[in-house]
Amino acid sequence: MSIKGKACIVGAYEHPLRKAPDASVAQLHAECARGALADAGLSKSDVDGYFCAGDAPGLGALSMIEYMGLKVRHVDTTETGGSSYLIHVAHAAQAIAAGKCNVALITLAGRPRSEGSSGTQPRNWGANLPDVPFEMPYGPLTVNQYAMAAMRHMHEFGTTSEQLAWIKVAASQHAQHNPNAMLPKPVTVEDVVNSPVISDPLHRLDCCVVSDGGGALIVARPEIAKSLKRPVVNILGTGESPKDLSGGKFDLTTTGAAWSGPAAFEEAGVAPADIDYASIYDSFTITVLLQLEDLGFCRKGEGGRFVADGNLISGVGKLPFNTDGGGLCNNHPANRGGMTKAIEAVRQLRGEAHPKVQVPDCRLALAQGTGGAIATRHGSATVILERGE
Amino acid sequence: MATPYQDRDMAAPALNPGDETYFEAAKEGRLLVKRCKDCGEYHFYPRPICPHCFSDQTEWVDAKGTGTIYTFSVTRRAGPVPYAIAHVTLDEGVAMMSNIVDCDLDDIHIGQAVKVVFKRTEDDWVVPCFTPA
Ligand SMILES: [Zn+2]
Repeated sequence: MSIKGKACIVGAYEHPLRKAPDASVAQLHAECARGALADAGLSKSDVDGYFCAGDAPGLGALSMIEYMGLKVRHVDTTETGGSSYLIHVAHAAQAIAAGKCNVALITLAGRPRSEGSSGTQPRNWGANLPDVPFEMPYGPLTVNQYAMAAMRHMHEFGTTSEQLAWIKVAASQHAQHNPNAMLPKPVTVEDVVNSPVISDPLHRLDCCVVSDGGGALIVARPEIAKSLKRPVVNILGTGESPKDLSGGKFDLTTTGAAWSGPAAFEEAGVAPADIDYASIYDSFTITVLLQLEDLGFCRKGEGGRFVADGNLISGVGKLPFNTDGGGLCNNHPANRGGMTKAIEAVRQLRGEAHPKVQVPDCRLALAQGTGGAIATRHGSATVILERGE
Repeated sequence: MATPYQDRDMAAPALNPGDETYFEAAKEGRLLVKRCKDCGEYHFYPRPICPHCFSDQTEWVDAKGTGTIYTFSVTRRAGPVPYAIAHVTLDEGVAMMSNIVDCDLDDIHIGQAVKVVFKRTEDDWVVPCFTPA
């Protein structure tokens, strides 16, 4: 069963705060839910499906359903790190298509900035992990788990730090128009490559921000979407793909987008060249480059040339990306960027992005997420969205 | 410019049941890998059930202890000393995460031949690392 034409994104909300020391994580979830419902023009009692991931406190969905006072008949807590929320969009569409719910609420929130989290600390995924004894002694950090992929890509394809830097430059060009962006100042290629090396070959400015806050989405049946006052955003196609070290036989220059992307394009019935705007998960610059290749926006190995010279800048290049400033400059709430990828894609399709970065006549958008770590195990999710009538 | 290797406090491996054989061997200076008696394939990290064919007939094998660097990164700004994390492809054909040690970290390169050495962690465990061969 295809989800094409079976569900729409009717509400989207990005929490305006980037530092929230005085709010609980549960409160931030609820504030995001309120924001998305208000955006859609729906009320809490309309929600009959709830989706959340590992950032939700306590028993996850159960704790948050109680906290918010939801009454739902469908629950999904799929956890693939930062890409979870794009998989939730897919699963919400599937649940709606199967008649399991009519209005699905997806929330994300967290306070890593207030809690002192950073990409130079080991992530704690809990106890009993089978891989941990064989990895943790060696100091795997978020940043070096992407740096190793970048190093291999440079070795195989000649990708340069300057090419990676263009990704940050493009994000910063967009962020200057976002009043909520954490890093609103435009930077140059020289700024990026002259910033301190954190883990070879990634510099400080190759990394995303650490921010508190969150976001929420509402997915609903097309009949409900058409009854609301907001522009309709159709979900055309989705794909999801875990990728890991495969028992020690792996290639770190490819992400799960090599599978989730083609699946989403096939379901949507469109091709990469049809995409007007792309939200691409940007935990690090290299994350963007690998996914662009794997999604088919350019051939494997040509990502460096593809992103250079402003090709990702709205109004300048061929593929405007992350026009909110992305995780690299705007927001990476709860260290999980999939939610904000969907939100900016919705803004673009509604024509509600900042006028300086709005893609003219934006009809087709793609949102791509990668959660976990590329140099070990990660979950990829691709969602293709269309501006409705 | 040189970045000489410095010993650092390595986190203890938080063993799960079944991991003792590997880490007790490491204390004796041996690197073990798992091979499947049914499909013949090696895998890493070691598991009792083969991730390739799902057979439960897996056996511990002494690795040659030599391999090449698939990729690496010198982490320079996270903690008291720089260190080189890497994936090393063993001559048995499977890659494992490790550290490159006892060398100038600035001279490490992909494709470099390396051999196993052992480093002590917190709680007196020992883990395999690699140094240029
Ligand atoms: Zn087997």
